[in-house]
Parts: sequence; C-alpha cells; structure tokens
Amino acid sequence: MALTDKLVSTVTESQVWKSIFRHGMPDTPRNQALAVLSNVFLHLHPIKARKSGIKLQYTWCMGGISFFLFLELAVTGILLMFYYRPTAEYAYMDIEALGDHVPIGIMRELHRWGAHLMVLAVWLHMFRVFLTGSYKPPREFNWAVGVILLTLTLLLSFTGYLLPWDQLAIWAITVGSNMARATPFLGHEGPGASLLMLGDIPLVHAGDDARFGLIAGRAVGEAALLRFYVLHCIAIPFVVMILISIHFWRVRKDGGISGPL
Amino acid sequence: MVEAAKAIVTFLTQPEWLITLSGIAMALFFWKRDQLVHPRVMLPVALASTLFFVLSCLNDNFRAIVTKPDNIPIVLLLVFVGFLFWLAMYQAVENDKRIANGLPPQEAADEPAKVTVWPNLVYTEMICIILMTVGLVIWSVFIKAPLEEPADPSDSPNPSKAPWYFLGLQEMLVYFDPWLAGVVFPGLIIVGLVAIPFIDRNPKGSGYYTFAERKFAISVFCFGFLVLWVLMVMLGTFLRGPNWNFFGPYEHWDVHKLVPLTNVNLSEYIYVKWMGQQLPESILVREGPGFVLIGLYFLALPPLMAKTFFKNFLRDLGFIRYNLMAFLFLFMLFLPIKMVLRWTMNLKYIVAIPEWFFNI
Ligand code: HEM
Repeated sequence: MALTDKLVSTVTESQVWKSIFRHGMPDTPRNQALAVLSNVFLHLHPIKARKSGIKLQYTWCMGGISFFLFLELAVTGILLMFYYRPTAEYAYMDIEALGDHVPIGIMRELHRWGAHLMVLAVWLHMFRVFLTGSYKPPREFNWAVGVILLTLTLLLSFTGYLLPWDQLAIWAITVGSNMARATPFLGHEGPGASLLMLGDIPLVHAGDDARFGLIAGRAVGEAALLRFYVLHCIAIPFVVMILISIHFWRVRKDGGISGPL
Repeated sequence: MVEAAKAIVTFLTQPEWLITLSGIAMALFFWKRDQLVHPRVMLPVALASTLFFVLSCLNDNFRAIVTKPDNIPIVLLLVFVGFLFWLAMYQAVENDKRIANGLPPQEAADEPAKVTVWPNLVYTEMICIILMTVGLVIWSVFIKAPLEEPADPSDSPNPSKAPWYFLGLQEMLVYFDPWLAGVVFPGLIIVGLVAIPFIDRNPKGSGYYTFAERKFAISVFCFGFLVLWVLMVMLGTFLRGPNWNFFGPYEHWDVHKLVPLTNVNLSEYIYVKWMGQQLPESILVREGPGFVLIGLYFLALPPLMAKTFFKNFLRDLGFIRYNLMAFLFLFMLFLPIKMVLRWTMNLKYIVAIPEWFFNI
C-alpha cells in the first residue's frame, strides 16, 4: 500500500505530470472546479450545474450521445477515406476490399451503424427538448440552430448513402433526388416551371433544374458521386462543426441546461 | 389459430387501420394517462409487445424484414421511442400531480441545489461513452455492413426505396404528388419546427416535464412526430414492398401482387358522377370546385376557428402569430385528411392539372 501511494505521488508530483494537469486529484471542490476549467474539452461545461438538469431521466443524455456519435463518425470516416476513391471505377471495389482484405475490419460497420444511430439520437434529442419545453425563451434561437443541425444530419447521412456505389446506393439516391425534379418553378416537372419561358425556349429543363444542380447530371452518375463525396466528407461536416460550437455556446449562454424557473 | 392471429395482424397493419388506430391509441393514452402510465399497466404492455415480436420472428417473412441489417436501427427506433415517450409521460404525470397539490414540479424540488459537474455530470457522460462504444463495437463485429451488387443505372430494383429516414416522405407520395410530398412538405416541416418557439407562447412548462399545462402543444407535436413521422417510417420500411404495395408483416413480397387502382379525381366526382356530364374543357372550370375547397380550407377556416374553439389562441397570440400557427396546423392536418379521403372515397386529387404538374 505504502508503495503504491509512493508511486502515485511520485508520478503526480513529477514535472511532466504537472505540466499537463495543473491541479491535484479532483477530490476537493477546488480541484473539481479546476479539473473542468483547465481542460479544453471539459470546459465546455460549467463548473456547477442544476441538479435536475443533469439527471439522466431529464436529458436522456441524447444531445451528448448525438455529439459523441458525430465524433465517432468523424474518426471512422477519416480512416475510411484512406482506402476509398470516389470514382465509378474504384468506389465499389474499394468498399468491397475493405470487407475482404482486412481481418475483423469493422471501420465500415462502425461508420454505418453509428450513422444510423446518430439520426436516431438527434430525433430523440429533439423530442426530449420539446417535451421539457426547453425551446421556450430564452432558448428559441438554440432550438432553431438545432433544427438546422437536424437537417444537416439527415443530409450527411443522405450524401454518405451514395458512396458504396452499389445498387442500394444509387437507387436510394435516385428516388430521393427525383423529388427535386418537382420543385415548384425550379424543377422541370414542377408546377410553374413551364411558365418560365424565353420565347419558345424553356428556361427550366432536365439539363439545368434543381435536380441537375443536386446530382450534377441528368442521372445519378460519377459527377454525383464526386459531388456527394465532397459534401459528405468536407462541406457538411465543416458546417455542422461550426453549428455545434454555436449550439453548445448557446446552451451555456442561455443559462445552462433548462430547468424550472 | 395461428393463421387467424396472422390474418388479424395483417388486417390491422393495413395503412388505414394502422394509422387510424395509432392515432386513437395516442389520444386514449393522453386522456387516461394517470392510470395508463403506471408500470402496472405499461410493463405488461411492453412484455406483450416483446412476446408478439418474438413469436412473429418464427415467421420467415417477418424475420427476414426485421433482421435485415439496415432495418435493425428502425426496430431500435421503435423500442427507444416507446420507452422514452413513456418515461417522459410518467414524469409529466407525476409533476402534474405535484402541481395540482400546490407543489413545484420535481425538477424544481431539486433546486436550488447546484452540484459540481465533476464528477456528477462528467461521470455520467463517461459511462454513456463507454456503453455506446461497447455497444457499437459488438454490433459491428456481429453484423456486417451490407454491400449489394455494383451500381447499375439500367437495372432498377423493385421496390426502390429512399434512405429509411425519408420513408415517411416517400409514404406521402401515395397521397400527394412529389412537389408536395418531396419539396413543400419537408420545407414546411423545417419552417414549422423553427417557428414552434415563436407560436407557442405558453410561458408554463418550461424546463420540466408536464402534460396538463401544455395539452395542445404536446398533443400536436406528438401526433406529428410519433404518428406522421415515426410510424410512417415504420410503415414504409416494414410494410411496403414491390411497387410500393402494402404487404402484411407475414406476407411474402410478391412482385406480381396486383392492386387495382381505382382512384378518382374530385372533378370527375363532381362533373361525371354527380352531375352526369362530361368534364368541362376549360381547366379552370374543371378544377374550380377543387380550388374553392382548398381556398376555403386555408383561408376561411382560420377565422372560423378563431371564432369558435381557437378563441383564446387569437387573443393570446395576436393576428400574425395566430395565422401562422393556423396555417402550419392546417397544413399538417392536410395529410391525415387526404388519407381519410383516399381510404373512404378513393379520392385521388382535389385539384388535378397534370398539364401544369399541379396536382393537390
Ligand atoms: C447534431 C445534432 C445535435 C447535437 C450534437 C446537440 C447537442 C446538444 C447537447 C449536448 C445539449 C445539452 C443538453 C442535452 O444533452 O440534452 C443540447 C441542448 C439543446 N439542444 Fe441540441 N443537439 C443537436 C441537435 C438539436 C436539435 C435537432 C434540436 C431541436 C430541434 C436541438 C435543440 C436543443 C436545445 C433547445 C437545447 C437546450 C436544452 C436545454 O437547455 O434543456 N438540438 N444539444
């Protein structure tokens, strides 16, 4: 016992340890505060919080789980990017190889099941925020940020759906993106589009309408694959990251997790 | 015996019955919540559902569809939504009892105590992270991510389904054209969600579970989320097969299943069936009645509602907020109304102008 104590104190009093952790064991209120304050990740939290607000039965930890899944997807996604080329020639082969060549490789699985779960978690988080009335003033703005995050989460999942480049992928994206054809005025099969004429020339047609803009062609093809790849790996995660920062910042600024006044 | 049970389940899961009965069940649950949220009632319900699920898995068709790797999250969705909805309602009922007795809600009884985030919150998060990681790894080790045949633009599978979280929208395509189901409705869902804090001006029920203080808001949201969204996702995933036909949970997905299409437009009802004449040449005359109906629905109903059962809303919300609320509310109800019209009188379109891609 004395030996372990000595070992612990040697380590925790060494210069290396102290250069990383600037406080002693978090067993006193002061050190607990420092543990949160002096850690860049933990300091997203306040030092103290409402007892009711941090109960599991109140928040279901769903916002936290959404965030965890986002990070998990970022990590596994980056690993997948090492092995995946977004071209019609290689995409399918690369995905297939991930399954065939890597013993017990589960990166693709972790990414896919995590993505399904994230959609689920975000829906449930919204449901909880609604049921506790946590969108009421002063949290209206954060609710709106949340709605955009929800939309982007679905778009992230939607753009990722195409990447395996199998039958499921292109036909699901075909069905999904066909809707854009019917956008009022902006889709060539949408109401009002036939009104937009320049003399005899239709301004909105299959070669320039909303669907064309989405999938970069008249059908889901290689251009769509590249477009979805960039959206999925760079553009949307970038925006989501910014919005999550705003979301968390606002949770703090709006008075922490909601509670009765 | 088994066959009879299956026939009953198949009957009850037909879209018209499934949606109607779920709506009724939800209303009943809210109405009799004080008794129904009790574990004494809910535990048997949960056990019975589990038993039903397990027994159903003995059927090959049922098992094939619920254990399809990409469908597992949707089974989870059902479990989580069910459990968490109960958990929320249970706390709401407890709080409502406290409030009725002049006590503050449970959440306030914990106040003003503030606790240190380390370890009280940080540990909870830590445990969540560990459980999630372990769960994901186990799931990933045992269930491989599926990969179908390479993409082939000339060979479209039947059924072609959108990703599962959009199947509610795809289900709407049964009742509405793509410009509504695929563009206007999703747009209005997003706008409507953002608008919620600005049209729900009820200051009560902020930061604690309650039902009694927010009956209207919670009922409407739950109807939208649980019935019109989650249930439709289930329906689209489990019960829609080739050609988007309905297939009971134990039914084989037969590509050749024939379902007669006998849907009739409102204009045909009015001019051909009731007045016994030909459809008018002019589009506007032909679709006039439809336009009038839609116009009445969106323009005449809000003031009418304000005079009757929404009187307090107009007073509390003011003119602009009230009308925004009424519009979004009516738009949401438009879906179940169109469904009922389809089921009861095979109505296809209220306004049908295929020439302009304008069908409602
Ligand atoms: C990527 C998606 C999202 C992430 C990572 C996220 C994360 C979080 C976290 C960690 C919290 C702290 C409390 C908790 O865990 O419940 C929170 C609170 C909140 N979230 Fe989200 N959220 C997301 C999406 C949404 C959505 C879709 C909505 C609503 C439409 C929303 C609205 C809110 C609001 C209003 C709060 C404050 C709740 C309170 O104070 O009780 N968020 N969010």
